[in-house]
Amino acid sequence: MSVSVDSVFVHKIWNDNELSKMIGKDIPYPMLSDQDGSIGKLYGIYDEESGVETRGRFIIDPDGIIQGFEVLTPPVGRNVEESIRQVKAFQLVRATEGAEVTPSGWKPGKTTLKPGPHLVGNVWKEWKVSEAFED
Amino acid sequence: MGEKIKVGCNRPKLTKVQQTKEEIVENNMMENEEEQVMIKVGKPAPLFSAPAFHKGDFVNVNLEDYKGKWVLLCFYPGDFTFV
Repeated sequence: MSVSVDSVFVHKIWNDNELSKMIGKDIPYPMLSDQDGSIGKLYGIYDEESGVETRGRFIIDPDGIIQGFEVLTPPVGRNVEESIRQVKAFQLVRATEGAEVTPSGWKPGKTTLKPGPHLVGNVWKEWKVSEAFED
Repeated sequence: MGEKIKVGCNRPKLTKVQQTKEEIVENNMMENEEEQVMIKVGKPAPLFSAPAFHKGDFVNVNLEDYKGKWVLLCFYPGDFTFV
């Protein structure tokens, strides 16, 4: 879901006149209106000086726990693929109840690590630095 | 006629009118009450509900209704802000 200080009417016009033309359909997620910035303040990303929310992005798990966040100033857009990668990584860790963890640069199909006494000092045998980068 | 505003991703800065001492004290106290706290990972996400536009309808969205699902919560400066 997305949140800004715009009214729901402005969200509708943005969806109808611009965003739906970019993706060929309506925006699939709810576009929330936080006109007094109260939600932004709860999450610590509301900019009092300019009266808008900064680009805060939060990953919330099925128990309602925040697993990660990122905050950018307005002129630089997010990397959506990176957000999806992080959600997939958190989902894997959750599915294995922490038995498997995802090293740097992990994405589906790449090596995961199984923490335990055997792995201490031996990560170099199971995982290569090159795996942290795109194949 | 007023000064032209440069169009960009940032909303133009609000210029506050000169206030009396009492107003400033009152405002500062209000700011103290509303002090923003930074979020911590591993802690519960603050709950909220808000009006939303969703697939042609205006609806109310409550974060609590999303228990059991993964949520990607994205704030942004404003509609039509280019990025």
